[in-house]
Order: sequence, then C-alpha cells, then structure tokens
Amino acid sequence: MFRILPTDIFVFILVASSFIFIVSARRREYWRAAWRQVRSNPVAMVSLVVLSLYVSIALLDTVHFVDRKTGATLSLLDWIAAPLREQVERTYSAPFATHQYTKESVETSDGKPTRSYPPLKYGGAHLKNTDSIIEDISKRIVQGTIQGIILAIVLSGLIVGAYHFFSKIFMRDIHSAQKNMISKRAVLTMVKITFAITIPLILLIHLSPYYHILGTDKVGNDVFYRSIKSIRTGLVIGSVTTLIVIPFAIFFGVLAGYFGGIADDIIQYIYSTLASIPSVLLIVSFMLLIELGESLGDIAWRADRRLLSLCIIMGITSWTGLCRLIRGETLKLRELEYVQAALSFGVNRLRILFKHIVPNLMHIVLISFILRFSGLVLAEAVLAYIGIGVDPTMESWGNMINTARLELAREPVVWWNLLAAFFFMFGLVLPANLFGDALRDALDPRLKT
Amino acid sequence: MTVYIIRRCLYAIPIIAGVNLIIFFLFFYVNSPDDMARKILGEKNITQEAIEHWKNEHNYHLPLFINRQVQGLSQFSQTIFFQKSIGLLWFDFGKSDRNNIDIGYQIRRRMKPSLLIALPTFILGILVEITLAMILAYFRRTYIDYYGVILCVIMMSISALFYIIGGQYLFGIVLKLFPISGYVTGVHALKFTALPVLIGIVAAIGGYVRFDRTIFLEEITKDYIRTARSKGLPEEIVLFKHCLKNALIPILTTAVMTIPFLFMGSLLMESFFAIPGLGSFTIDAIQAQDFAIVRSMVYLGSILYIAGLILTDISYTLVDPRIRFD
Repeated sequence: MFRILPTDIFVFILVASSFIFIVSARRREYWRAAWRQVRSNPVAMVSLVVLSLYVSIALLDTVHFVDRKTGATLSLLDWIAAPLREQVERTYSAPFATHQYTKESVETSDGKPTRSYPPLKYGGAHLKNTDSIIEDISKRIVQGTIQGIILAIVLSGLIVGAYHFFSKIFMRDIHSAQKNMISKRAVLTMVKITFAITIPLILLIHLSPYYHILGTDKVGNDVFYRSIKSIRTGLVIGSVTTLIVIPFAIFFGVLAGYFGGIADDIIQYIYSTLASIPSVLLIVSFMLLIELGESLGDIAWRADRRLLSLCIIMGITSWTGLCRLIRGETLKLRELEYVQAALSFGVNRLRILFKHIVPNLMHIVLISFILRFSGLVLAEAVLAYIGIGVDPTMESWGNMINTARLELAREPVVWWNLLAAFFFMFGLVLPANLFGDALRDALDPRLKT
Repeated sequence: MTVYIIRRCLYAIPIIAGVNLIIFFLFFYVNSPDDMARKILGEKNITQEAIEHWKNEHNYHLPLFINRQVQGLSQFSQTIFFQKSIGLLWFDFGKSDRNNIDIGYQIRRRMKPSLLIALPTFILGILVEITLAMILAYFRRTYIDYYGVILCVIMMSISALFYIIGGQYLFGIVLKLFPISGYVTGVHALKFTALPVLIGIVAAIGGYVRFDRTIFLEEITKDYIRTARSKGLPEEIVLFKHCLKNALIPILTTAVMTIPFLFMGSLLMESFFAIPGLGSFTIDAIQAQDFAIVRSMVYLGSILYIAGLILTDISYTLVDPRIRFD
C-alpha cells in the first residue's frame, strides 16, 4: 500500500515542473544554445552524471509504502537496501571490521568472563576464519569488477543501439557531417558514463551485504545506509526550499519591477526588512515556535512534516535575494525595444508580462535555483548542529556530523561517521557548484548571485 | 556629507520598526505566552495556575496591545508590546525567561570576546581574499589561475563545520599549537582567539576569492586599463593600483553582505571553542529554549546588520568620489 508523505508531494511537483520546463525549453533556441555549451563542457557533464545519481537515489527514497508485516513506512530504497537496513550490530564497528570496536565482557568456552572484542553479528559473519578477510575482500572486488565490466559492455551496447535508433528522430535538423561528429563524441561519453556507474554499483552489491563498508554507528546502524538515506534529506532541503520560494519571488519581483510606484516601495521595504534579520536567527525563531505546536501522526509523518517546515522557513528567509534579482532584471527588460514595441502595438500589459517578461526571467530563476542549492545543503548541517535542523530520528548529514563531534572526543577516535558524511556531502555539493557555474556561464555570465 | 549620513540613518528607522514588529509578531502573536510557559515549565500536565504564576512573574500576563483595565497612557504602556518590544528600541532587553539573568548586562560583558573573533576574521579575511584574488587575476589564463579557481570551488563545497572540526583536531589535538578551547581575559586571549580567526578566514576563502577574481577580471577589460598599459605602466602598477581602486567598490559591497554570515560564523566558532561571546550565548539560549534571549539576539543581530549597511554606504563615498549624495 503506497503512502504519500508531505515532502513527497513537493518532490513530485518538482519532477513534474522540471519535466515541463525541459519540454518547453527544447523548443527555444536560447535554451538549446545554452545546453550545447554546457554539453561541450566535460566538467559540467561529469557533474551532471553525479547529480543524476544522487537524484535517482533520492527519487527511490521518495516512493513510500507501508510494510505489511511491521506496519512501518518504508521507501523503495529501504526495500532494495534491506540487508543494509536490517543488519544492525550492537554498537560501533570500524569499516570492514569483523569485530566490535569496543570491548565487552564475553564468556569464554570454559565459562570465565573476559574483556575482549566480540565478533560482529553480520559484518564478515560469512567468514570461517577472520584472518582470511583480505583474501575474501580482494576476491569479491575482482569478481565484482569483472562482472561490472561485462555488465557495462552489455549495457553500453544496448544504450548505443537505442541511441542510434532514436537519433534519427531527434537529430533531423542537423547536418549529416555534424551529426557523425556529435554522435561519435556522444557515444563515447555514454560508454564512459555507463562504465563509471556500473562497476562501482556491482562492487557495492558484492561487498555491502557482507561487510559494513563504512562501519556502524553508536547503536549499530550501518553508516553507509545512513549516508545513502541522507541523500533525500539533503536534496529535499536544497531543492524544495527554492521551489516553494520561486512563485512568490517571481510574483513580487515582477510586480515591483514592472509596475513600480507604491507596489515597488512596499515590496522593497518588505524585503529589506526581512533581509535585515540575520537568516540563521530568523530560522531559529521560526523553528523554536514550530516546536511548540502539538505534533500528530507517527514518527515518519512527524519527521517529514518537520523537514517540510524547515524548507518553508528557509524559503521565507531566502526569497529576498531572488526577488531582488528578478526586480532588477524586470526593470531592465521593461525598457528594452521589443517590450516597448509590444506596448506601442497596443498589446495588453498582462500579456506583455506573461509573453515577453516572465519567460525572459527564467534563466535567473534556474541559475539561482542551482547555485542556491549547495548553500542550502551546507546550511542544513549547520542548523542540525545548532539543534534546530531536521528531526533527530531522520537521517541527515547534519545529524551525522553532529553526533560525530562527540565521537571525535572519545578514545579511540570514531572517525568513519564524520568522514562518510563529509564525502557524501562533498560529492553532492561540489558537482552542484561546478554544474551551476557552467550553467551560469552558458546562460548569463554577468549575473552575480 | 553630513546631511547624507543623517538621511541614511533616517532611512533605517522604518526598517528597524519593521524588524521590531516582525519579532513581536513571531514571538507573541504566532504563539501565545501560554505556549512558552508550558515549554519553559516543561511538564506535560501542568496546571493553569502554574502558567498564570509564571506569566505574572515575567510580565507576560498583560494584554498584547491595549490594556483596558487601566486608565490613561498606561493603557498602552501596561501591555506586552510596550514592555517587551518597544524597550528593544533603546536596548532595554529585560530579564531572561529561565534564570532571570539581566540580558543587557550579559550582552555588554560578552561583546568583547565576540568582537575579538569577528573583527579580525572580517578584516584579515578581506585582506587575504583580495590579495589571493589579485594573484589569480595577475596569473590569468595560466595553470596557476586554472587550478586556483578549482581549489576555490573545492573549498567552498566543504561545510564550515568540517573546517572547524578539522582545524580544531589538527591544530589543537594533533599538533598542539593552540589550546583546544576556552578563553581568558587580557593579552592571553590572543592565544585562544587565534585558531577560531584562522579557521574563520580559511573557511570563507573559497567563495570570496572566486568572486573577487571575477570582479578584477571584469575591471581589467575596461578602457582605462588599456590606457594605463599603453602609456607604458608595468602590469603590476596597473593591476595593484588602478584596477584595485575601482574593483574595491563591488568587493566592499559583498563584504558587508557577509556581516550577517559573520554572526552565523561566530555562532559556530564560539560554541565549538567555548568562547563566552554573543554567539555561544545565543546557542545556549536556543538549546535551553529561552525565548527572551533569542528575541533580544535576533533584534541585536538585525541592528548590527543595518548599522553595517549604513557604514558601507558611507565608506562608498570615501572610496568612490563619483557617488552622488542625493
């Protein structure tokens, strides 16, 4: 039985609107030219692939259903990664460890209690002799790589075949000589990407059910599973926040820029007042107040509602920047010849707005959407540290870093929680920044956001 | 000039009033003092009497805007709005909700450690960023510039938390160059503030160096630079004298825009390094859910930001004589 949580709706809206956007942008030469420029930038394309990996994991994690046996709300990702989710140890264990990280009293065979590192319930449990662990891991890596290569060859064959089949339909308007050149490069890129995704994926399938590849945390949860689950939280905060803001920012920005007068004064007053309150403090005060309200529903529902309110609140504090940009651009567009021409032809002012002004603001919206994204993902971690981030029961990189602080102070140091959060976060924010830069250079190099 | 400064300050008045209203709306209208009392007293099934008692103690029992039970002017002064919000205008912060601490006294006492961290971070940060950006601009279209920009993007993709945790771990625990955390008054305070300042600067480098560099590169393509070159000035003079002066205007603007983030930086920095400043004061209040302190800090933060904006506008006129005063 499927279940839809509050943020799921927004994720679906986001997917639908990006689909509509891509379909309508394909028809405009301005967007197509920008896309050609982005496509020819290898760094941007690699970033795009990494980003789409993250997005697909987040989408898998967005389709929720109620488990019949336990009654818990699970997502498709939970279902796929069931071994990771269910293999819970007692407490800390290092990456690829077969024994616990902390000593415990264990009864030896003759009944005397001794302090030693007990073996893990699941990590490396299939090994008969724990000394053969390196042999076992390398065997699995070799096996996984070979299988990955075979699968990648098959997959890229299929993809290239499909590409050649569909390219007749998609590239009707391109010269045949040019077509050859493009398709050669495109095919090569697609093959590379297929290899880069398939091999690590197969390796993961070979290793992660048998070992905790990033260790376990204090209550024995697999850190790799937690990091993967955090992806959705990070992506939702980074994207839904801006999605909520966009309609308001466009509405007020255009209103202020196009109609001017009192509307402009009022809107400018509102956003400069809101912008005067440091955003962290504004978020803090909103979140403290929201905590006061009674919360209904089960754990999953409450955690998700808190995530949504965090998005809304971060949206309220961050719409001013986008609004200011849009107002400035509208002021500029209003004076351009084609808008003046439309006006002198007697075109309705509302029609001018929707036909000539709003479509030409879209590049600003898109650029700030992507450039804001990474800032929001980073802000989530800071808010979690202050104690007003997402629900503590919800997996997020911020929560992971927050708990990792205490783990660094203990002896011996537990480092894998922090490192896992670091790399997963870095792996999302860096491509987002690089892709955003490339997109900005293609769309509007002079825009400073 | 004086007229300009006065007018600029007058513009700030409606903004301050707006901030005050927003804070009042958030803290007293969105949720009632009853909710706050329940949170502070912290028990599930708490009697209405206890709530009333707490409200009486903290002056939250008054009506929001107009008190109809009394006569004359005190109809307005005997209200929550007057007692809790108007007082903020002349920095009368009142007492905290939890332990009846005098907030104003705490703020005055904690101002100095905060400034000792925030000011050096801000000023040294700008100097370091501009220098690095100019080096990148000087070596434009070389590998130094190319890899420098990549390094900047990498650095800005790392959360500030990692800089703090990593820096504290590396310099405090492994190398033992600085004390891990704490604070003393007097000259020895430097020992404790050096590491937070250093980390604060490093954490901000990525984004701002990259931004400043684009400003320099934009300035370099202008006509007066070509003139300067064609009259035979060496590239160093062109860049470090002519270009720098003009690029300072947009750079200063963005620098001031970072003032609120400076506040956020000190929130983290002070709480990680256990420095008794405003940031750690705020974090403690947030974690203890002391609304009176949070409210005061929100207001103070906004005032600092507005003051920062006025200061930039004034500093413009010093940097750029072309800026008109009307």
